Amino acid sequence: MAWIKRHLITFAALAVLAYTLVPNVIVAVFSFNDPKGKFNYTFNEFSTDAWTNPCGAPGICDSLGLSLRIGITASIIATILGTMIAFALGRYRFRGRSATNLLIFMPMATPEVVMGSSLLTLFLMAGIPAGPVAILIAHIMFCVSFVVVAVKARVATLDPRLEEAAADLGANPTQTFLRVTLPLAAPGIAAGGLLAFSLSFDDYIITNFNASPSSITFPMYVWGAAQRGVPVQVYAIGTVMFLIALGVVVAGQVVGARRNRQVA
Amino acid sequence: MADAAVLSTGSSVAEGRRRRNWVPYALLLPGLLWLFVFFVVPMITLASQSLQEGNVDDGFVFTGNVAVYGQALTTYWPQMLRSLLYAGTATVLALVLGYPLAYFIAQKAGRWKNVVLVLVIAPFFTSFLIRTLAWKTILSDNWVVTDWANKLGVTSVLQALGLTANDSLLFSPFAVVMGLTYNFLPFMILPLYATLERLDPRLLEAASDLYASPWQTFRKVTWPLSLPGVVAGTLLTFIPASGDFINARLLGNTQTTMIGAVIDSQFLRVLDYPLAAALSFVLLVIILVLVASYVRKAGTEELL
Repeated sequence: MAWIKRHLITFAALAVLAYTLVPNVIVAVFSFNDPKGKFNYTFNEFSTDAWTNPCGAPGICDSLGLSLRIGITASIIATILGTMIAFALGRYRFRGRSATNLLIFMPMATPEVVMGSSLLTLFLMAGIPAGPVAILIAHIMFCVSFVVVAVKARVATLDPRLEEAAADLGANPTQTFLRVTLPLAAPGIAAGGLLAFSLSFDDYIITNFNASPSSITFPMYVWGAAQRGVPVQVYAIGTVMFLIALGVVVAGQVVGARRNRQVA
Repeated sequence: MADAAVLSTGSSVAEGRRRRNWVPYALLLPGLLWLFVFFVVPMITLASQSLQEGNVDDGFVFTGNVAVYGQALTTYWPQMLRSLLYAGTATVLALVLGYPLAYFIAQKAGRWKNVVLVLVIAPFFTSFLIRTLAWKTILSDNWVVTDWANKLGVTSVLQALGLTANDSLLFSPFAVVMGLTYNFLPFMILPLYATLERLDPRLLEAASDLYASPWQTFRKVTWPLSLPGVVAGTLLTFIPASGDFINARLLGNTQTTMIGAVIDSQFLRVLDYPLAAALSFVLLVIILVLVASYVRKAGTEELL
């Protein structure tokens, strides 16, 4: 009894962890299902169809391709813009700092439905048609702030003496930046870029406001399928996404640990 | 703040002095311009749209018709109130569930810390929609969860509270709030973890050396010191949850419609842009008031 009491927090934590992971397990299990009806609710029969034929459901791979293209483009641009802001915030003092912090925080704190609908009104008034370009503009907008947070956290931990040492050893500012600062900040930049990609890849609400019938992203495809009946392929793709995410996060941790050991 | 001095850069002093003034602004300009044009300006066009009259075919004209706000609120106040209520409940639940996990990762996990952190972050990188669909499977009548809930009497309690209508768990307010809690839990855990990780374990030892019970230690030491994380996590959970309609649509019924769904359908199906813009603007103002009260307490530097 005392043992249970002492580890109460551990049990509570593990229970909550299970709660966050159960849906991913369900998705993985049901990707091997051959559902009886339109809806993948009960496990009917084991099947690897969804895995051997991932594009089997009409339109699914087109939407996946569009989401990948938008996700990659949006995350690259957002990472560049966000990294620049993070360096400005982490390395310089300047007028208008509070306003900058607020402007960066607001997109993270505004409901997606407000951002999506307000962008729609802008695009309507400016005559920008709904479609991939409108989606891209929107995705870059809501990804920038998250990149800033990720990169700024890393920049804050960098020892300014390393840059001073580079300058003392005769490196000019550009060399110092490219050879010292940028490599040191790279983990934060990579984390920010990955976060931006996953946010873009996963967005439904904002995308829906700015998409045209010919620009169906993967989340829009899943949403549509949820009304009609979800193809098992969706579960297989969901499982692959989870495994890739797990792999990337684990690799990040391993690389981080190795770097720390080298430095120490 | 006012002096535009370089904190620390690799640039040499002589050159640095000349570079000081414009470098940060040059770094900020493209990103902030993007946010200004595609985040701030749309808020203005949203407000403008709400005060226009007309229709999609003939176009809209600005008439300053404030009455649309009255119309929007008298028609859709139940959905608005419900959204705030569901989001509020989900936020409290996320705090109750997220706190032990964040505390465990920060203070107790030891060498498992990174593993648990990975397991918390990784689902966050997988499709929100697919995970919500998985809850649909888990809570459906065909599954053991509903069965157990019935046998243990949980469903009767939920029914008494008005959270479910019958013996099913799915398509009920309960399912919607559960889904919101689940989906936004990482937004609660990560800020909590960030503050709890900075908590010096020696303070907890000191408290117990001074004969504080674990509960007293929590109330007098841990909780007050974690307040910045609690406030940030609450804000980052409540705000997206209040505008969400994916959970309400997939896990709820026609009685659980949230304001996001109304805005979405008024804009994209009914094409009543002024009404939809008014509803969206009201939601924005509520959020601005919340953020402003937070900034007054904590300042802007703590935001990021």
